[in-house]
Amino acid sequence: MLPSIRSIGANAIDVVLRLGYAARFIGLTLAHSGTSFARPRLIIRELYYTGVLSLIIILVSGLFVGMVLGLQGYQTLTTYGSESALGVLVALSLVRELGPVVSALLFASRAGSAMTAEIGLMKATEQLSAMEMMAVDPIARVVAPRFWAGVISMPLLAAMFSAMGIFGGYVIGVVLIGVDEGSFWSQMQGAVDVREDIVNGVIKSFVFGVAVTWIALFEGYDAPPTAEGVSGATTRTVVTSSLAILGLDFILTSFMFRGM
Amino acid sequence: MTAPGQGVGTHQRAMPSGASGKDRSGVWLHCQSRLESLPLFPAATAAPVATESLIEIKDVNFAYAERPILTGINMTIPRGKVVALMGISGSGKTTLLRLMGGVMKPTTGEVWINGECTSKLDTQGIYRMRRRMGMLFQFGALFTDLSVYDNVAFQMREHTGLPESMIRDLVMMKLHAVGLRGAHKLMPAELSGGMARRVALARAIALDPMIMMYDEPFTGLDPISLGVIANLVRELNDTLGTTSLVVTHDVQEALDVVDYVYYLSDGKMMAHGTPEEMRANKDPLVYQFVHGEAEGPVAYQYPSKDFSVDLKLGARREASPPGGRRAA
Repeated sequence: MLPSIRSIGANAIDVVLRLGYAARFIGLTLAHSGTSFARPRLIIRELYYTGVLSLIIILVSGLFVGMVLGLQGYQTLTTYGSESALGVLVALSLVRELGPVVSALLFASRAGSAMTAEIGLMKATEQLSAMEMMAVDPIARVVAPRFWAGVISMPLLAAMFSAMGIFGGYVIGVVLIGVDEGSFWSQMQGAVDVREDIVNGVIKSFVFGVAVTWIALFEGYDAPPTAEGVSGATTRTVVTSSLAILGLDFILTSFMFRGM
Repeated sequence: MTAPGQGVGTHQRAMPSGASGKDRSGVWLHCQSRLESLPLFPAATAAPVATESLIEIKDVNFAYAERPILTGINMTIPRGKVVALMGISGSGKTTLLRLMGGVMKPTTGEVWINGECTSKLDTQGIYRMRRRMGMLFQFGALFTDLSVYDNVAFQMREHTGLPESMIRDLVMMKLHAVGLRGAHKLMPAELSGGMARRVALARAIALDPMIMMYDEPFTGLDPISLGVIANLVRELNDTLGTTSLVVTHDVQEALDVVDYVYYLSDGKMMAHGTPEEMRANKDPLVYQFVHGEAEGPVAYQYPSKDFSVDLKLGARREASPPGGRRAA
């Protein structure tokens, strides 16, 4: 009995400790971001690895999600005879919810896991220690450029996901099923508000970008320097950031779309 | 060009004439004033306190939580010498090395490096000190996402702001010194273990450090690479005017190249002396280590229960009929 109570306590302390470390870690990363901005090449290189290399999965998924939305939306809307509103349905669901959330989930599993594994392995093979012995701060040189690359690329990827999804909805709804093209676009144009929908979507994906990159980098930096340690950290990155995305999405949505 | 090894030691003076070809001389003059303020050339940054010994460790104790790792360590490393720190695995060698690198601070006692006490330095001070240290890690620790060339150029780009043309010259000289100039385009994954260690060595000497620290430089190498690395340690020390500390348990190779040996056991400094003195040392601990004998004061068996208990012979013996004999 006593040992189990003790282990609950130990786990609770462990969680609090890790939260503290994570907070300290993000603080240090922000404090040491100067190097990254003084040498934009460092960020550009990471933008390629996290952003550009995630493009394929983001664009393909966006297309399919949009096509499914087109099919399902048409099915439901014809029941009420309002299939001309298909454009609005596709655009709003993508811009407000599916774009930021699904692309962040994909980003976490494509780029976040890669970041964790890379940094964890750099630690396991003493590359980070070597850097420190060369009087180069790994937080400034390795972590901060990746953080900013993640934060910058997330909203861009989400925007491309939504654009691709709308195109998928258009292909299914207008080209294949034959919804009126004029009403598809004009109703979309009338219903989607820049401030209410697009800016809120961008804010969401920015927040998700911070969360995913932070979790991924921290897990990598904190990983025990063994094969098991790195694999465990990679798994935790995907699980924790997926949950964080969904949780944050609920909180953000409840604030953003209260009065609607 | 110069013979292998020579290029490293002579490049301070060789640089102006070497750079006189084509348009390099202008670059050289432009950079000279900047160079002198950098730790690139040991002569330009003479030691503030020219003590006889470069590293001094005074009564150092170190403990993780309550567990003592090092107790009462005293050690002196004179300038220009190659000193070995030996001991079996787990004797505290790497911890001592980390204390010298300023990665950790001693629980009590002082580590003095070039007239500065490391425990009194802040992070900036530690980083400033480390710019004058080179460290070769056990498995090289090359940056796997950078080519051989970029690995060696790393510190120069981070710390000096030299123009790329000059960095190229320096990188080629460092790689030439370890015999790998031809491999500058390769990625670390394409190198053998011995080559990777040599690239790491070229990277460690990139800024002509005042102190070179080697963490198990001979581990896991074939005999040829091992001999090459052992000779490089000596050669680089003498041509660069560095002071070297080699943490190792490869006794014979180390005894051939070093000037002085410290023997660490169980966190205590058990013996020290020249390689000859260590070979002749009759202390059972040192003797067992130097001659690599299985039996001696250092037990081969990890502390364990009686073998018969682990094999559960006790229970069966009780069950066997009284007076029944069992095979030994």
